Amino acid sequence: MSDVVEKTLTALPSLLSLDSHPGSAKLSSTSKLGNLIRGITELTSKHEEEKLIQHELLAIKEQVSSPNTTMRQMKELMVRSIYCEMLGYEASFSYIHAIKLAQQGTVLEKRVGYLAVSLFLNESHELLLLLVNTVLKDLQSTNLIEVCMALTVVSQMFPKDMIPAILPLVEEKLNHPKEIIRRKAVLALYKFYLIAPNQVQHIHNKFRKALCDKDPGVMTASLHIYLQMIQENPDAYKDLTPSFVTILKQVVGGKLPMDFNYHTVPAPWLQIQLLRILALLGKNDQSTSEVMYEVLDESLRRAEMNHNITYGLKALTYVVQQDPKLALQHQMTIIECLDHPDLIIKRETLELLFRITNAQNVTVIVEKMLEFLCISEDDHTTIDLVGKVAELAEKYAPDNEWFIETMNTVFSLGGDMMQPDIPNSFLKLLSEGFDSVEEDRKLKLFAVNSYVPLLRGEPGKLPQRFLQVISWVLGEYSHLREDLEPAEVLSLLAKLLDMKNSSSETKSWVLMAMTKLCKGGTDASVTQEVSETYSSSLDTVLRQRAHELQYLSQDPELRARVLPRGANPETLEVDSSLSFLDRFVSEALAAGAAPYKPPHQRQEELDQSKALSLEPYGLSLPISMSSCSITDRQSPTLLSMSSGLSGDSADLSHKGGSSALKLDGVKRVWGREGYLAQREPVEEAAQVEVPSPIQSPGRQGEGDSLHSQTPTQTPTPEPEQEKQQLASSLFVGLASQSSVSLMGKSEPTPQRFRRKAKGQGPGSSFNASEQISSSLISPPSAVDNLLCNNLLDSNNASELAEQTSQLSQRLTTANGTCHTEAELTEPDTKGCNPALRRDNCVVAADPGPHDDPGRLTEVCLDSYLPAELSGLSHSEIAPLCANQSLNLSACHVQKEDSLILVVFIINSSESAIQQMLLQVDSEELEVSCLCDSPAGEMTSHSVAVGQYSLTVKRPAVHVEVVGTVSYQLPAGTSQSLQFSYKVPLTSFIRPFVVSTEEYGTMWLSFSHDTKQNLTLINDNQEPLTATLNALKKKLQLHVVEVIGMEGIVACRLLQDLPCLMHCRVNAGWLAVWLRSPVPDLPDCLIYHCQRALQSL
Amino acid sequence: MVCTDNIDFTIPLQPAADRRMIKFVLMVNRQGQTRLSRYYHSVELSRRAALEADVVRYCLSRKKDQCSFVEYKDFKVVYRQYAALYIVVGITDSENELSIYELVHNFVEVLDKYFSRVSELDIMFNLDRVHIILDEMIQNGHIVETNKSRILAPLTAIDKMVES
Repeated sequence: MSDVVEKTLTALPSLLSLDSHPGSAKLSSTSKLGNLIRGITELTSKHEEEKLIQHELLAIKEQVSSPNTTMRQMKELMVRSIYCEMLGYEASFSYIHAIKLAQQGTVLEKRVGYLAVSLFLNESHELLLLLVNTVLKDLQSTNLIEVCMALTVVSQMFPKDMIPAILPLVEEKLNHPKEIIRRKAVLALYKFYLIAPNQVQHIHNKFRKALCDKDPGVMTASLHIYLQMIQENPDAYKDLTPSFVTILKQVVGGKLPMDFNYHTVPAPWLQIQLLRILALLGKNDQSTSEVMYEVLDESLRRAEMNHNITYGLKALTYVVQQDPKLALQHQMTIIECLDHPDLIIKRETLELLFRITNAQNVTVIVEKMLEFLCISEDDHTTIDLVGKVAELAEKYAPDNEWFIETMNTVFSLGGDMMQPDIPNSFLKLLSEGFDSVEEDRKLKLFAVNSYVPLLRGEPGKLPQRFLQVISWVLGEYSHLREDLEPAEVLSLLAKLLDMKNSSSETKSWVLMAMTKLCKGGTDASVTQEVSETYSSSLDTVLRQRAHELQYLSQDPELRARVLPRGANPETLEVDSSLSFLDRFVSEALAAGAAPYKPPHQRQEELDQSKALSLEPYGLSLPISMSSCSITDRQSPTLLSMSSGLSGDSADLSHKGGSSALKLDGVKRVWGREGYLAQREPVEEAAQVEVPSPIQSPGRQGEGDSLHSQTPTQTPTPEPEQEKQQLASSLFVGLASQSSVSLMGKSEPTPQRFRRKAKGQGPGSSFNASEQISSSLISPPSAVDNLLCNNLLDSNNASELAEQTSQLSQRLTTANGTCHTEAELTEPDTKGCNPALRRDNCVVAADPGPHDDPGRLTEVCLDSYLPAELSGLSHSEIAPLCANQSLNLSACHVQKEDSLILVVFIINSSESAIQQMLLQVDSEELEVSCLCDSPAGEMTSHSVAVGQYSLTVKRPAVHVEVVGTVSYQLPAGTSQSLQFSYKVPLTSFIRPFVVSTEEYGTMWLSFSHDTKQNLTLINDNQEPLTATLNALKKKLQLHVVEVIGMEGIVACRLLQDLPCLMHCRVNAGWLAVWLRSPVPDLPDCLIYHCQRALQSL
Repeated sequence: MVCTDNIDFTIPLQPAADRRMIKFVLMVNRQGQTRLSRYYHSVELSRRAALEADVVRYCLSRKKDQCSFVEYKDFKVVYRQYAALYIVVGITDSENELSIYELVHNFVEVLDKYFSRVSELDIMFNLDRVHIILDEMIQNGHIVETNKSRILAPLTAIDKMVES
């Protein structure tokens, strides 16, 4: 067919002698339109074009407004206007005439009128209102062609506000005897659904009728609506899955009339549409997916692969999300696509392979991806693919060498375009190391070994990011290689500084690395030279680094303190408040320096002085009228003062000039960035710490053998055989594993580079998986106990949900999780292996309890909860510490107006203990003992319980309680046990019910604030509402009011320290502004908001 | 993920329906002259010529044996060449390229059926009719009809009325 088309187009007759053509025959070549077209075809320059069209526009303008112009002429004029606009010249004077033509013309003229309107006007153009009456009239016409036209234009564009005027007429058409009218009516309703979903809510049952229409065209049209609705809320339409499956089955089975076929394929576009719908319905839903497997397989089989490779691949990619085993059946096709000369097809294939990657096929798949990267010239592709390779490498790397080599290729190929988080997370992985110290050392050493030759070679060819990674690694770990002289590393690094294309960012990394390496003595000359060169650099960062290099190289002692070798990032203590600068700051302030303002405040003042934008809800909330009028009266300079309410100036005004207080404000602001940066890495480490019990010991070996199997390394003469072999190495492991783990996104994979678990001292040989296995293989009684504990907990939770107040219902999500960060963000760990969970809960400083037999006697402590607390929700009872005689556990109970810490002391020994004393204290918290602290004698196997009420003195992201139990053994020796217990600040947050007016007054009076952009949740709901609801649920905030794109939220920190939150949707982010009278509270809260949203 | 301070992210929030759609259909000849253009998202008139020139230059630069799907800025372009005429379709990232590739051919076959052997001049002299045909096939950036006889039904009905 296409050949025919091509021939006819090639056989273009000389320009205007074309009488044989039916269309053109109707047009005289001497007509005005004919002239214009001739003119356009003869154009040779932009200048000529402009002249021609301007002339044309003048002519049209004149004729269009003449009263003698007939509708027939008007139609031609509109086509000429369309030409002018198509070439980019506005013909706005003709818009109104297009509407007139639609109104007054007949048949073709009317249709062209409608067409011109839809081409000229955008959907919000006010002239569209003038079309409403015409549409209304045509919808009621007895001429089906006119009804058709009206429905067509309505489904293209229609003023939202006027929908009610025509809706009944359109609805009526759903029952029209002609399929084309019914079909177009459905499409018009689809349009209404898109622009004003509420308007068509009442006719959902009619959509169902359309879906079941006897005409396949009407059914097809209704799929647009269903695709849209299912996208928004898949759960509501699960019951339709069998219907869609049946339809697809019929389509694939060739049950449609012949004219729906496209080149012998039955309605391919309809098939695609149905597959999209099924993909949405089956996503993350095994049972629904199972309903469709058969028909999916059938559709794939029927799709002609030669004709349809990409389509097939795409479908397969979708299917793989449901059931990777299906991919197995098509493996040879996939292999053929891999070798396809067309890059785009190759890339789609890689996309598919990426999704089926597992620990066994990772080497082959990554190799294929890297091969592709070498030939890809497209930046988007490179960035995307490099990220995927890095992700796979970190997740499934079979061994150190492979990992480092792969990452080297990633850095070389990804160059400076790649996402910055790739090198960052690579360095973080190296520095944090993983569980085995020896493996750790090997990995680092291998990295060093692979970088030295690169620097000896031609480092000029390496991307800057890679050079930065190399510098850091050499600075940090080159000492691991004993035969490598620091002097040589230094000279290699110095060479980088001399390269012309080294960026100053790279140079500063290099200088930093040199600072770590220099030892004086023989190195002195190199470092001396370098630091001299750069200490006069124009770049301040380089200058600073050069000075550091100079000073530290001369003072080894200081250097050892500033840059301790092999320091574990978790153990480094940083004075994030920069308190050592206090004196400097106070002197500067005393000398008249302006107080520091954080960037957001500066930006705000800038904005305000420019655009007079007022308080954030100044324009949309009623209460803000007062603040409007205040600010309106002020001059621009005063405006910045008023915004200063949020920062230091307010601090100053509060406290009347004592220098210590002044510093307070400064300190807080300086501290903020460092403070958050400090916490972040630690928490992240906690998040990934969930240890996986399935550490397969044989995996490394498998990976190796796999590696040697790749066809490139063992070429076979038979190409077919080669493909088979490739297939076997690509699809290895697919059949045996469950579909869940193959999706490879969220499953607990046996990950080689598992981050080290938090809470273990550096150098501790204790390893998370050992802990697990020890608790797994411990005697059955222990397991039973654990299970019992767990069961009771969950029973408790469900009972609670029924009986307790709304407050505790909201708490149930947080309930059952213990106080550690990992669980806080993953409330659904409830259902997982109790041993896993137990392991997460270990917080004690003392690793003792893991192998302590005392733990085995642990009983269900729930029953020891004080009676007045037993009805309330509490965190999981977590073990604190233990020794030969005592076992300590604790939990916290959230009451509406307080937080109670409950400590359980179990005497697990066979003898009584004497003079037992429990003391609890905290830096950040006010601790008050509720009843008498347990004291005195404890008989064997008894339990004592202490209760403490906690309130926050000083907000911190996590607050900690420390305690001591001291006691005497019967023999008379004194013993003591120390413990600590962490509580997230969120446990102290309660909703704060205020009115919008009260909120407004408070807002202006609060002096501590912070701002940040948070991610919006986009689960097809309105994003602002969805995000606020999520925050409300997770953090117990009170949503005061939502207006348009803004929302205000309030909460209090126990007892009654308020914190207000203003949220605004801006450019795809939620811009959050928190204010409170309490220092640090906004910062801590924003941190928890972030965590809450991330964990969704 | 947190973005700090003044980073401006330019990806606007799109309603779900717009994430998978046809953004525009162009018919352009080898000299880069536009013969038909239809936009399904709003692009200012003043920016259209530059966009078209850019897209066409990109497509023309590709060899015959290269793939007809091209990534262009933040969207994808599917094109097909028929003699001196290129049909270029801009689609969003999640739209199916092959479906569009075949849609283009279907469109040309429909034109061929209507004009019985379509030529570039047929298209120029019947711009309105070509638009009417396209309107039957694509609405709001979505494919709404692919059955050839049904696509042509309204237009042939109009033609008959005009004749009588």
